[in-house]
Amino acid sequence: MSTVPISAYLTLALVLFCIGLFGALTKRNTVIVLISIELMLNAVNINLVAFSKLGMAPSIDGQVFALFAIAVAAAEAAVGLAILIALYRNRKSVNIDEFNTLKN
Amino acid sequence: MMENAWIIPLFPLLSFLFLIVFGKRLRAVSAYIGIFLTFASFIISLLVLIARFGSPTYKAEGIWLTIGDYQLTAGYEVNQLNALMLVIVSLVSFLVHMYSKGYMHGDGRISVFYAYLGLFTFAMLGLVLSPNLLQTYIFWELVGLGSFLLIGFYFYKEEAKAAAKKAFIMTRIGDVGLFIGMILLFWQVGSFEYDEIFAAVSAGMISEQMITLIALLIFIGAVGKSGQFPLHTWLPDAMEGPTPVSALIHAATMVAAGVYLVASMFPLFAASETAMMTIAIIGAFTAIFAASIGIVQKDIKRVLAYSTVSQLGFMMLALGSAGYVAGVFHLMTHAFFKALLFLAAGSVIHAVHTQDIEKMGGLWKKLRVTGPLFLIGTLAISGVPLLSGFFSKDEILVSTWVHGHTFLFWLAVVAAFFTAFYMFRLFFMVFTGEARGKTANVKESPGVMVIPMLILAVLAIGAGYVNTPWFGTFLGDWLTEGNQALGHGHVEGPAWIMVVATAVSLLGILLAWLMYGKKTIARDWFSAGVPTVYGILANKYYIDEFYKMTIVKGTTAFSRILHFIEVIVVEGIMKMVAGIISGLSKLGSRFQSGQVQTYGTVAFLGLAILVIFFAVTGGYLK
Repeated sequence: MSTVPISAYLTLALVLFCIGLFGALTKRNTVIVLISIELMLNAVNINLVAFSKLGMAPSIDGQVFALFAIAVAAAEAAVGLAILIALYRNRKSVNIDEFNTLKN
Repeated sequence: MMENAWIIPLFPLLSFLFLIVFGKRLRAVSAYIGIFLTFASFIISLLVLIARFGSPTYKAEGIWLTIGDYQLTAGYEVNQLNALMLVIVSLVSFLVHMYSKGYMHGDGRISVFYAYLGLFTFAMLGLVLSPNLLQTYIFWELVGLGSFLLIGFYFYKEEAKAAAKKAFIMTRIGDVGLFIGMILLFWQVGSFEYDEIFAAVSAGMISEQMITLIALLIFIGAVGKSGQFPLHTWLPDAMEGPTPVSALIHAATMVAAGVYLVASMFPLFAASETAMMTIAIIGAFTAIFAASIGIVQKDIKRVLAYSTVSQLGFMMLALGSAGYVAGVFHLMTHAFFKALLFLAAGSVIHAVHTQDIEKMGGLWKKLRVTGPLFLIGTLAISGVPLLSGFFSKDEILVSTWVHGHTFLFWLAVVAAFFTAFYMFRLFFMVFTGEARGKTANVKESPGVMVIPMLILAVLAIGAGYVNTPWFGTFLGDWLTEGNQALGHGHVEGPAWIMVVATAVSLLGILLAWLMYGKKTIARDWFSAGVPTVYGILANKYYIDEFYKMTIVKGTTAFSRILHFIEVIVVEGIMKMVAGIISGLSKLGSRFQSGQVQTYGTVAFLGLAILVIFFAVTGGYLK
């Protein structure tokens, strides 16, 4: 069972994180950006779970934290989507290039 | 009485301050205030002069500033020259104040006019009372300011504005010379006091060359103020001011300041043969130079202005020929008859509303009072025997001859001939012959204008008798009393000089009468005969044009170069610095695009760089 080494988990998490980061930084559609952020969060969760099972001092804490993170991510996604809908009502668009009001 | 002399300049100052503050409300009443206060000045000046006859020089000083070990003093002094000048200045000023009441009648800014007159009189009286060079210099500049304000009184006229500026700038050129001379003198003597300066000069504390240099520099100041060649061009232009101002400033007081300065510093000048020679030459040259211009001028006031320049040249010639008494004597008589001539000219202008003598003529019958008064002034300035100008001019000629300036003497004689000629040309053109302009409603001036002229006419006739070779040289003896440096009270000269002087003035009058009175000689025989000379004279020897071509053009070119440097070099560097900063900031502002993703990228890159950096260095910074 324990033939899969920790480095595999970590590599998977790294790959997932990089995909998420790339998506968050390059995609034009805000919904995709939000999904990409979820992807990055989940990469972190994989790390947490991997370390709780195969780390230097295995403990159940990591998995608990992962659950917390999933709950917080759900709430965050809800808030993010709500903001997105509000923005969409204002701008009639979900194109992230058009949301540049931070400039002012 | 002499200890109260300090109060004399305060009356006109009071008039100035009072009218500046309350003038707008007082309007025409301001004239009475000005007249009353200058009258008070005159009365005290007269009392001071009378007191000075019986007692020695009075001098009072207080400490003004203490700088290190040296104490600057300020105070007042009443010596013979000061006392005499006080009376001349305050009397002429008072008469001009009175005359202006009529002349400036109805002018909306009459209170301002009287305020300026007060300021000017204050400055001139203060100048006369000053016991040291520094104080003299302060009042000297105040006099310049007063004249600037008065010449530019009709500031809405472009010519008046230009003339005021010109007068100020031209006299400033002279003032720079005076200032440098003053500083040099202080450096050499360590004091501004006249007494100490003269003591140092007579003790031989200053080297000969230094005295010459200082004397010449101070003389430059006098050249500027007294309208001597080559700084004379402001004086004729200054005729743009109201005519009473011309009488006050450009006949009797301000231009006399230069002569007064040379006279009051006479012991210094007398110590340098070169300086005396320069003064005499400049004076004689100015006398004949200005007189020759005066012959062809067509503006009544300009003729008088050039005549003033010429007469000031006579005074300088006298001073330069060691004729201290002659110079001061002529200063006094000239103040009276020239003020009279200007006031009479003002009366003529007031009546016919033009200054062009071509448009006058036949006014003798219309102006029953002004005409004879003008004639008296003309006779006096022409040096006709028994009038004041005769005695003082004779004194000058004698001084020049006795001092050995033969050539300058003959120049002065020719200038005297010119003087008689152009003054009578003026008289005949204005008062005799056919009326050439509109003279239908010409009226004699009011009494308030006539009375000052009457007083001046009496003085123009009689003032000469205080110093005559026939009845005694009271003025000369008194002026030089107790002061060896000023020379003798009376210079004995050959009797034929008086005959020559009388002859040339009568000859000048005769020629003027033949040309302009009886018209036996055609008026244009000269201008048609030698048009080149006439053109040169009519254009005042092209001095103004010459200055415009050289100094004005030169200064303009120089300022262009400076402007170029300013634009290219100074502004270039400044713009470069500003450009670098703004370029950098533009570059920086590019990063703030408002695009969250860009921010994210930058933040991530930054993080990545940090991580790589720490990975390489092992987490420690050296």
